[in-house]
Amino acid sequence: MTTAKTFSLFDPVLVKPAIASAFGKLDPRVQWRNPVMFVVYIGSLLTTIVWVQALGAQGEAPPGFILAIALSLWFTVLFANFAEALAEGRSKAQASSLRSMKRKVIAKQLEKPLHGSSWHPQEADELRKGAVVLVEAGDVIPLDGEVIEGVASVDESAITGESAPVIRESGGDFASVTGGTRVLSDWLVVRVGVNPGESFLDRMIAMVEGAKRQKTPNEIALTILLVALTIVFLVVTVTLLPYSIFSVEANKAGTPVSVTALIALLVCLIPTTIGALLSAIGVAGMSRMMGANVIATSGRAVEAAGDVDVLLLDKTGTITLGNRQASAFVPARGVSERTLADAAQFASMADETPEGRSIAVLAKQTFDLRERDLSSHKTTFVAFTAQTRMSGVDIEGDDGTVRALRKGAGDAIRKHVEALGGSFPVDVQNSTDDIARKGSTPLVVCDGSWVLGVVELKDIVKGGLKERFPELRRMGIKTVMITGDNRLTAAAIAAEAGVDDFLAEATPEAKLQMIRDYQADGRLVAMTGDGTNDAPALAQADVAVAMNTGTQAAKEAGNMVDLDSNPTKLLEIVETGKQLLMTRGSLTTFSIANDVSKYFAIIPAMFVTTYPELGALNVMRLATPSSAILSAVIFNAIVIVFLIPLALTGVRYRAIGAAALLRRNVLIYGVGGLIVPFIGIKVLDLLLVALHIV
Amino acid sequence: MNTQAWIQLVSYVGVLLVLSWPLGKWLVAVADGRFPPWMAPFQSLERGLYRLAGVTPEAGMGWRQYAIALVVFNFLGVLAVYALQRLQGVLPLNPQGMAAVTADSSFNTAVSFVTNTNWQGYGGEGTMSYLTQMLALAVQNFFSAATGIVVVIALVRGFVARSSASIGNFWVDVSRVTAYVLLPLSLVFAVFLVSQGVIQNFSPYKDVTTLEVNAYRQPRNGADGQPQKDANGNPVMEIRQTDKQTLAMGPVASQEAIKMLGTNGGGFFNANSAHPYENPTPLTNFVQMLSIFLIPAALVFMFGRMVGDPRQGWAVLAAMTAIFVVAVVVVTTQEQQGNPVLSALGADQAVSATQPGGNMEGKEARFGVAATSLFAAITTSASCGAVDGMHDSFTPLGGAVPLVLMQLGEVVFGGVGTGLYGMLIFAILAVFIAGLMIGRTPEYLGKKIETYEMKMTSIAILVTPILVLAGAAIAVLADAGKTGIANPGAHGFSEILYAFTSAGNNNGSAFAGLSANSPFYNTMLAIAMWFGRFGVIVPVLAMAGSLAAKKRMAVTSGTLPTHGPLFVSLLIGTVLLVGLLNYVPALALGPVVEHLMLWHPK
Repeated sequence: MTTAKTFSLFDPVLVKPAIASAFGKLDPRVQWRNPVMFVVYIGSLLTTIVWVQALGAQGEAPPGFILAIALSLWFTVLFANFAEALAEGRSKAQASSLRSMKRKVIAKQLEKPLHGSSWHPQEADELRKGAVVLVEAGDVIPLDGEVIEGVASVDESAITGESAPVIRESGGDFASVTGGTRVLSDWLVVRVGVNPGESFLDRMIAMVEGAKRQKTPNEIALTILLVALTIVFLVVTVTLLPYSIFSVEANKAGTPVSVTALIALLVCLIPTTIGALLSAIGVAGMSRMMGANVIATSGRAVEAAGDVDVLLLDKTGTITLGNRQASAFVPARGVSERTLADAAQFASMADETPEGRSIAVLAKQTFDLRERDLSSHKTTFVAFTAQTRMSGVDIEGDDGTVRALRKGAGDAIRKHVEALGGSFPVDVQNSTDDIARKGSTPLVVCDGSWVLGVVELKDIVKGGLKERFPELRRMGIKTVMITGDNRLTAAAIAAEAGVDDFLAEATPEAKLQMIRDYQADGRLVAMTGDGTNDAPALAQADVAVAMNTGTQAAKEAGNMVDLDSNPTKLLEIVETGKQLLMTRGSLTTFSIANDVSKYFAIIPAMFVTTYPELGALNVMRLATPSSAILSAVIFNAIVIVFLIPLALTGVRYRAIGAAALLRRNVLIYGVGGLIVPFIGIKVLDLLLVALHIV
Repeated sequence: MNTQAWIQLVSYVGVLLVLSWPLGKWLVAVADGRFPPWMAPFQSLERGLYRLAGVTPEAGMGWRQYAIALVVFNFLGVLAVYALQRLQGVLPLNPQGMAAVTADSSFNTAVSFVTNTNWQGYGGEGTMSYLTQMLALAVQNFFSAATGIVVVIALVRGFVARSSASIGNFWVDVSRVTAYVLLPLSLVFAVFLVSQGVIQNFSPYKDVTTLEVNAYRQPRNGADGQPQKDANGNPVMEIRQTDKQTLAMGPVASQEAIKMLGTNGGGFFNANSAHPYENPTPLTNFVQMLSIFLIPAALVFMFGRMVGDPRQGWAVLAAMTAIFVVAVVVVTTQEQQGNPVLSALGADQAVSATQPGGNMEGKEARFGVAATSLFAAITTSASCGAVDGMHDSFTPLGGAVPLVLMQLGEVVFGGVGTGLYGMLIFAILAVFIAGLMIGRTPEYLGKKIETYEMKMTSIAILVTPILVLAGAAIAVLADAGKTGIANPGAHGFSEILYAFTSAGNNNGSAFAGLSANSPFYNTMLAIAMWFGRFGVIVPVLAMAGSLAAKKRMAVTSGTLPTHGPLFVSLLIGTVLLVGLLNYVPALALGPVVEHLMLWHPK
């Protein structure tokens, strides 16, 4: 996002509205959506009522104590609301920058779908799918659509953050335009592809704001578990009252437990920590995807990203740099390497393709051959055509002779020299085959009918990528390279890059079949794609990332859009998905493990009047029964605040293998969850006593 | 724990593994229906029976069909057991002329034996005719065990199947398990028991004159059949003298065998395996303990083989064994420590060369502290409930161990079938949380654990604690519940908690101090037993169905390994946290405070 402002965790800009919203969310209809917190909410109401009763001298406990418990419970609810509001606020801030692009646009609707037909102004909101509009330099494209006529440079920085304008033209893979972007030069005739409110931008805003956020499958499954635990602990606390009454009768000492203490115990036992932070974790996960400039069209896709076990990566652009580069000169027998380099450089002089430039650069680097000043010679450039499949240059010497330098594929040059009466040397044919076998592209250079040798053009594997594949392997993810090259070439590059497998001579059908095979095998497949021919495979893949530069069809088929159009982003997407799940799991473990210490705090406090012997369980040596119960409840509330940063940033993923990762997280959140509250509750108890609150 | 106790424990676990390993292989053959050639005559007999019954053995059942068949089959069992008890007075094989059992007791017993609980509100030798023992109770010992086994087989099939709509055929499963596993094992075991002195006859009871006149104290019952109490709530005791003893007879060995093998636990006699005709020698005592765990352990091996990865079975077995060993050590240590009140009375409880020492209260002199402690841990780990000593007379923490083992949900080896499916539920719960912690949506044995599985898991783990806690709460509030208590104070609470824990978890052992043969307890406990059994079985079958319908995911290095020590400790942690946290407050008011009052009185 251009305005993807990075907010610090507790940025006042976000905190203030979040605090207000935390109170707004006290509406029971909002609370009802989160069953665990709803129980706390009811508990808060009940203790407040008990407190009011106690004020009337009918109390089961001192009113001050009941008030303190009631306040702690209310704060537990508020902290949960605050966590959710803060996460939503961060997303909203990101969304508002998107919304700012959605200002009123007056479109020029054409009467007929061709340039030059008359147009009338029409508000973008009134346009319907299928309408045809004219967009000229300086105009904002009203809605998503397809270019049917014209070529123009378009500023898409508002969506992609990329300041360089992009070319959009009719036909092919660059025909899709996004509403809210601006045409900088020339004009386009665009057929609107969506109705207002359904555009890509609208969907992004809706997703990001969380207005349409539905619980994801795993979130629902976890909620069920949390509800089950809540029900069980509800039964535990409710039945404790009869048990207590019976014990008082049996031992003829003490008083039955108070309702306040029971509610305090209930709230401490039910998984409030994860219950309070669960929805914040989900919102933050989407928001982190946004931060990586990836828009997920569903939370389900983010979750699935964590599960991916096969990554399909396009060779060109993802694994290798988009273009091949000259890497070696292999001269024919009897020709010096320098002569070959010189001729090759000459032949590439006018070749502005990256491959051509790389030949000139290599010649310069290896033999210090500077590019000649061609103005002194009479030169004619011969451009590449589909018929000849060669390019080069004709140089008229001072003596009127013409040097015809050509470079091209082996068979094209063979045809060329044989037509001129020359022959194609066997050793050159051998080097051509060798180079092809290595996965590189051979370019043969000739001077008239004299074959000088071969230039090797090589695929260059992107820097830093080779190191990531072993990392992926440790994560249990298999990488498959997809390429249109033949098997030989594909195998060589696959080996060099270090991917696990490859699919050569890939057609859209072969890709689709491959995804289906992997899925039938019980694997989850992720892929990136941009072209319309990728759409079927994108639709089939479990996690499908469409490039923002891609066609509308590709974007519709995918479940994520990468605004940076960087195919390597898949790796980050997988990590973000894993982070989301890990955060949920870790906080659930922490929440359940916390219960042990809370029992040690509250159980002796509850029953010490009936059975003074139970004081032996007060291992923390908490001062009084009231201070023990209060400390446990306060700890339960403030631990939510302490964990908000973790919920928002997520537990960090480390590619250290499943077992090692589990051991680490179990130690931190499981064992930590057992120990930390013992310390926390003790500290709070000391504070309460020091402040003379109890 | 002394050396003798350790040797006993180690040899027990060792022999158990040696015996259950081959049985596990045989269970795979039975579950898959792949039998060796010499079984052909039995199989043609089997096919003939199916034809008579109109069962198509090849037809697979969906989980609903399977569950309906199972519940109907068991409900018919309740009717049969109820009817036989009510009509036993007019039926044959009743040399003592036992009258019809009361309606509420018959109902309780019927549910109890059908649910594999074998909670006994009655005393066997004073209530049941030989026909009732054999045709009602022993038959249900077979069928309830078979029911438990087929449920776990169906669940394991769910893990193994790939996108399948069927989890097997209930009628075929239950027939094969009964005929090819339970019957042959029981036959061999019964013959062994007879060789050791367990009786097997249809004779009337024998009156004998004792060598000396015996005086004994027993609680006096009021007109309502409930124990009378003094002002402090202690039972009123009366002293009786006699030189006559009636020796109960009956077809004991045949029933004893399946009582142990099927983890049923319902004794032929009231004293259960403490009775010399049920458990005559230390050898029978040891073999009885083995037979309790034999099938539960073999089922774990079966599980590993069926899912194609024996390590998965070993992991589950390791978790079970670890919890079991700790339980044995705690209970034995507590019992060997003795009871300070007895010390105060001058009883010598010290361990010496001439005596093992410890709390001998309620224990058979033939078995002593170590064997009784081991037996107690085994019978409550498994949902057997047979006893060779009185758990009510254990030290508070020694008695708390059986209580806790039951409260964990009978998953430490557990009942036949029930133990493994209970443990697999906990394993699913463990992978759900652990799977999230490594950043994947959870899967177990290649099956994704999703919303539906979590719903069923939640029901399965919710049902029993709710039955136990709510049942005990009602009992301590109701006068009808409180009158049955023999001991006032915290121990009275422990007795009620133990009764509902035992019923809800289908164990069947008792803190015998509670007089539970009253309409109140018969009804309440029957409800707890029925729902504690089928309230778990139905969701487990539902889960089997939904797992069977799923694809099996490929295992990669990113998959959570479910066989290493890490997973074993996670599984133990889940069992302890989720299984036990619910009961902590109740335990604090029962055995924990009893222990503190005994050792650290204030």
